[in-house]
Amino acid sequence: MLFLQLVISGIAQGCIYGLIALGFVLIYKATETVSFAQGELMMLGAFGGLVCMTMMGFPYWLAIISVLIAMSVFGVLLERIVIRPILGQPAFSIVMLTIGIGYVARGLITMIPGIGTDTNALPVPYKDEILKFGGNEMGIGALVLNVEHLVIIGATGILCVLLFALFRYSKLGVAMQAASQNQLAAYYMGIPVKRLNGIAWGLAAAVAAIAGILLAPITFVHANMGFIGLKAFPAAVVGGFGSLPGAIVGGLVIGMVESLAGFYLPDGFKDTAPYVVVLIMLMVKPNGLFGEKLRKKV
Amino acid sequence: MRFIFKTDYAQDINLAKHGGHVFWYSALVALLLAAPWLLAEYSLAQLNLVLIYAIAGLGLMLLAGFTGQFSLGHAAFLGVGAYTQAYLTGIGMPFLLSLGFSGLLSALIGIVVGLPALRLKGIYLGMATLSFGFIIEEVFARWESVTGGNAGKSVAGITMFGYEVGSGEGFYYVCLAITVACTLGILNLLRSPTGRAFVAIRDSEISAQSMGIHLAYYKTLSFSISAALAGFAGALYAHNLRFISPDQFNLLQSIDLLLMIVIGGLGSVHGVFLGAIFLIILPQGISAVKGFLPEFIGQAPGLKSVIYGAMLIAFVLFEPMGLYGRWLKVRTYLQMFPFYRKGMFKRQKSFQKSDRLK
Repeated sequence: MLFLQLVISGIAQGCIYGLIALGFVLIYKATETVSFAQGELMMLGAFGGLVCMTMMGFPYWLAIISVLIAMSVFGVLLERIVIRPILGQPAFSIVMLTIGIGYVARGLITMIPGIGTDTNALPVPYKDEILKFGGNEMGIGALVLNVEHLVIIGATGILCVLLFALFRYSKLGVAMQAASQNQLAAYYMGIPVKRLNGIAWGLAAAVAAIAGILLAPITFVHANMGFIGLKAFPAAVVGGFGSLPGAIVGGLVIGMVESLAGFYLPDGFKDTAPYVVVLIMLMVKPNGLFGEKLRKKV
Repeated sequence: MRFIFKTDYAQDINLAKHGGHVFWYSALVALLLAAPWLLAEYSLAQLNLVLIYAIAGLGLMLLAGFTGQFSLGHAAFLGVGAYTQAYLTGIGMPFLLSLGFSGLLSALIGIVVGLPALRLKGIYLGMATLSFGFIIEEVFARWESVTGGNAGKSVAGITMFGYEVGSGEGFYYVCLAITVACTLGILNLLRSPTGRAFVAIRDSEISAQSMGIHLAYYKTLSFSISAALAGFAGALYAHNLRFISPDQFNLLQSIDLLLMIVIGGLGSVHGVFLGAIFLIILPQGISAVKGFLPEFIGQAPGLKSVIYGAMLIAFVLFEPMGLYGRWLKVRTYLQMFPFYRKGMFKRQKSFQKSDRLK
């Protein structure tokens, strides 16, 4: 029972990592840049949800939809204003740029009067509900499940199906696949690569916002919650940086490793276990579980 | 304008290219030597920090700016140096010897970290160094018998040849001497075949390899030299602050170091020093203007990070060569006074180069 419970909470945590990693991978596949601001986008999404629900009094579903729209627009604008001008510069500059964006986002949030510097609880309808399965009358030995965890797992599942459908069946998704395989060739075929890059950023921001809203009931909403994005890097690497299913699988692996290491191993291993896994992964299989292995031809 | 008429191959690799260099750098050295008499105690302490960060920056510049391998965990090397120094001077080892050991241990760990670099490129290397940084930080926090854990560890001042160096001028001269030695070492390295090999690797691994450069050897070498410099800086850092704790060597410190060399100007030794000055002066500047801002902005804890981030974004977008690049433009403008053209340093339009098909 205990083991199962650990696994489920690990999976839930892993889904969050996976969702953030999905953002990295979307951006990486489309534009070959790595966004270090993904965690901060998630934080912005969570704050957006908080503002919608507590200040404007939106119901839960409306808050989610408005945050999604707002964050997609934000992502597209971000790409247009700061990323596009330096396209073609070394990857290193773009990494530094996104680190800068992260700093600015984190700092600006603390300037919002009232909520910026506090840790806020997001009033979701399913807060603090738990389900119990089995066990005796005293509740001993029961499988106690947090509804928050189940919602995360369910939402991630639905999102994966939606994204899969998008990339498989829609014209936009196929165009994005083409652009990510070979930008120049896609450009010659008349695919508006620049616009697609913008859309990829928008999509990544929206996914990050979902992750933020899902995570908010567990960790609360605060300016530094974006640092969880740093654990999503291991997820993306384990899955292989260029693979969408890999991101989710990598997230699940990291989440479970963390959850199990936190319980079975001594103190301090919980936070470092994901990084140990990544180092091992990079040594053994640098392209990740689902990464493509390509050689440069001269 | 100055025209240098070269009559000898050795002139190509001279450190001082012409009389102007000799004059200005001598003036700079004289000024730095006189600094304790010119500056107040507080400014001198800030200058110490600039020198210490510059040493670490030299290492990172060698790695990121000249070898093209970027590290997101450089603060870990700084930490290794600091803790080694703290531990060794704690058990009574003389300063210079323990400084050597700090650099050596950092270099050894640098080799270990450099090993994955042989297989990894770009972002994957970034991930590996990032992970390594986190692990080392956790080691600092957990290995309490040596590091004192999260409670931190206090460090004694420097005693050299039975003489108490203290914290004021004496410490400044120690820092200055080590900085000058490291700078000359790096400059010398960069004009040697080894340095040229580093630059070749940065520009294209494949062409470097086909010119007979052993990638594995040079990448590991670059990592270890870089880590050793960070180790020296860490040792001085420990003596400077007299107190070290694991959170001084976290990811934010690594990013600070990167920010320093990017803002200073990637690929220039001058940039390291300009970046270090910038990194130390910026917080002072922020606290100076804080009072003039509206309450909710000026008192926000995130003000510093907004300004850091905005500076970083502005530099990457508008001045990718950093402060040193800006200075080059100003200098060229002055040198060719009426003839400076706007497009002179214009960035070349480039297609996105794919990293993926490597």
